[in-house]
Amino acid sequence: MRALLDWLDDRTGIRELLHEALYERIPGHARWRYVWGSTLVFAFTVQLITGVFLWMSYSPSSQTAWESVYYIQNEMWGGWLLRGIHHFMAQAMIVLLALHLLQVVIDGAYRAPREVNFWLGLILMKIVLGLSLTGYLLPWDQKGYWATRVATNLMSLVPFVGTDIQRVVVGGADYGHHTLTRFFALHAGVLPGLLIFFLVLHIAIFRRHGIHAKDPKKGVETTFWPDQVLKDSVACLAVLLVVLFFVVRPALFGAQVGEHPGHLLGAELGAPADPANQYSAARPEWYFLFLFQFLKYFPGDKEIYGALVIPGLLMLGLALMPIVGRWKLGHRFNVLYILMLLLGAGALTGVAWYDDNMARFETNVPVLATDAKRKESQGYLEAVADAEQQTHRALELASAPSGIPPAGAVSLMRRDPMTEGPRLFARYCASCHSHTNPQGVGIKAPESSAPNLYGFASRQWIARVLDPAHVGGPEMFGNTKHKEGDMVTFVRDTLAKEDKAQVAKVVAALSAEAALPEQAAADKRDAAQITEGRELVAKLSCTDCHKYNDEGSLGTAPDLTDYGSEEWLTEFISNPAHERFYGDRNDRMPAFADGDEPTRHTIWAHDLRLLVMWLRGDWYRAEGK
Amino acid sequence: MSDEIPLAPLPDKPATKYSTPQAPETPPRRGFFSGAASIAIGALIGVVPTAAGLATLFDPLRRKGSGAKLLRVASLDTLPTSGEPRAFPILADYVDAWNRLPNQPIGTVYLRRLPGTDKVEAFNATCPHAGCMVSFKPERNQFQCPCHTSAFEADGSRVMPCVSPRDLDGLKCEVRKEEGQPVVYVAFENFYSGMHEKKAKA
Repeated sequence: MRALLDWLDDRTGIRELLHEALYERIPGHARWRYVWGSTLVFAFTVQLITGVFLWMSYSPSSQTAWESVYYIQNEMWGGWLLRGIHHFMAQAMIVLLALHLLQVVIDGAYRAPREVNFWLGLILMKIVLGLSLTGYLLPWDQKGYWATRVATNLMSLVPFVGTDIQRVVVGGADYGHHTLTRFFALHAGVLPGLLIFFLVLHIAIFRRHGIHAKDPKKGVETTFWPDQVLKDSVACLAVLLVVLFFVVRPALFGAQVGEHPGHLLGAELGAPADPANQYSAARPEWYFLFLFQFLKYFPGDKEIYGALVIPGLLMLGLALMPIVGRWKLGHRFNVLYILMLLLGAGALTGVAWYDDNMARFETNVPVLATDAKRKESQGYLEAVADAEQQTHRALELASAPSGIPPAGAVSLMRRDPMTEGPRLFARYCASCHSHTNPQGVGIKAPESSAPNLYGFASRQWIARVLDPAHVGGPEMFGNTKHKEGDMVTFVRDTLAKEDKAQVAKVVAALSAEAALPEQAAADKRDAAQITEGRELVAKLSCTDCHKYNDEGSLGTAPDLTDYGSEEWLTEFISNPAHERFYGDRNDRMPAFADGDEPTRHTIWAHDLRLLVMWLRGDWYRAEGK
Repeated sequence: MSDEIPLAPLPDKPATKYSTPQAPETPPRRGFFSGAASIAIGALIGVVPTAAGLATLFDPLRRKGSGAKLLRVASLDTLPTSGEPRAFPILADYVDAWNRLPNQPIGTVYLRRLPGTDKVEAFNATCPHAGCMVSFKPERNQFQCPCHTSAFEADGSRVMPCVSPRDLDGLKCEVRKEEGQPVVYVAFENFYSGMHEKKAKA
């Protein structure tokens, strides 16, 4: 063994190298306060290791980024753990950076001859911040997409070349494939390369000057190995444990992880980025929140001060510390400066958080809260809840047996009635119709002047049409010109006297015409009643006005054949004044897709289909739901 | 450095035939010429690959944006007569590097029918401050940005004090009659955020 080492040493000089690395002097003995630099090196190493493995499964393009991250997180063995470590270690790194900087400043370790190394440290800090900014976009989810858009938009504030810089960074006028390839190259290539380069310099210069001992007389002089190494490794272990705690936190607090740990553990993955879809819950990572908040205080064209000038000056203040520190009170000034900086950032972060969350609390902090701010907070919290719902839905669709199509997960969302339906309803229908459940939750029309369409064509809905107490009420025809019409009169005067059980059969039969997916089991179970109900439709004289299969005729009231089916509802919305529906008795409802020229329709075929499917509750549901 | 440390001295190393060769005591002559030549060659061989890369890096600068496109957005009847703005997606062909995607939502506009008329105003829904998307809040009769608290009246003007450097970006729009139906067309384009003047992302 020794001979082998001798042989190697003769050719490489490895003994001297190791000796130099391990036996650095530590005057005043090993101390806990010296661990921060090592924990940062450890954190960066963890990011390199996890990052390279993530790289092996990641695909940067606007049709594959979210999809590959989804696959890592939810389908691959241990993917959630890998992403979780990378995600939370990045945040730990920011905390460790702050601690390292704080300790260097408090100990005055920036003073001669260590000025250059202090500046190298600041450069390293900028690179780490750059890494977290670029990394935030890579999953291409709504949150990262919209938050990073703000960051790149701020680049256009740089005088003269701002818009060009923005264009080069974004890889074009808009976000797209080349935004991802560029951000990924920065995140996985350029920035880590620079970081390693500057880190080598930083450590080399650190070794040249030796450690800046706080009180060299405090204890026996020792060497890096093994006393300080032990303390450093314990600190690194603590960092790792904290990170792992955050990775598995939901499971520790009783969440049922089940077969899909990726749905709950590790790093979060929101719904896929959709440039056309409003995302009101966008916020940067927590350590950038103070900058986000800071921007709120700069009106109009003063934005550049909040975004670039003042942060730039504050950074300059940091960089000048070694020079300021030469004066008599310079060191005290520096310590005060860094403490105020951290305190200021902390306060801004707190205000940002409180601005967003104040609506959760019953009482307000009087200085910070106004009615308007409270409403904004309410809006933000609703947006967060909505984002969570979409995240959940995106997962459900992506993990469906049909998988993710080549056009990407965003196409799944855009084709999903459950996601798009409410938006389309709000846009096209909600000036007259509400869509609220019995608890009043849902889309409310400002002035409801037409039937509430929640549960349209379901048994409950048809039962209300045939219920004397409801048919003329505000939830049905009460606010339409049919309020005193033949139908309302018939239900109140004639049908009210019929046997309730008979009416229930008619309800079941008419509702079965719609073949609603959610009612399929009930329709099958009650097949006998439905058959009876079909006979009763004519017997109870519905067909005096309505057509139903071979009975009755068109022209006076809507056709009950296939009532509420996809085809029926599509045709109805296309033109309610068609003789198959209301004919000339139609109230104010416009024809949304009448005529043969599809581009002239108020609602386009694709949207109409989604709207109809949503009204009918016809969308993909994961099994067991 | 390490020679100051008494704690763990290196063992005395016997000289071997592979120990590091020593540099000559006097440097060779004609040092200036060799030095200058190697620096020049070094610069040249470094510039070629870098320049090739920089060309592609700056390629986006020569790509033109799509510019303003006059697009059919909605029929006039879908706009409330109360003057309340309503959001519509803008559908157009979208080019993303090597992909051309037909009929994609490429942005959102708010259309507002001026009360009692057939005139329509159109706004790009992107906030001119930092590029988030504003939404209209009927209960306050204002547009609100979810990011840095900017707010705009229904006519697009800022609610002061406002972090946005300009009012909501108005878009050219016209109402055309198609088979008797009035239809709203909008010349859709995006603008740079954060600046006082309205500069199109062309």
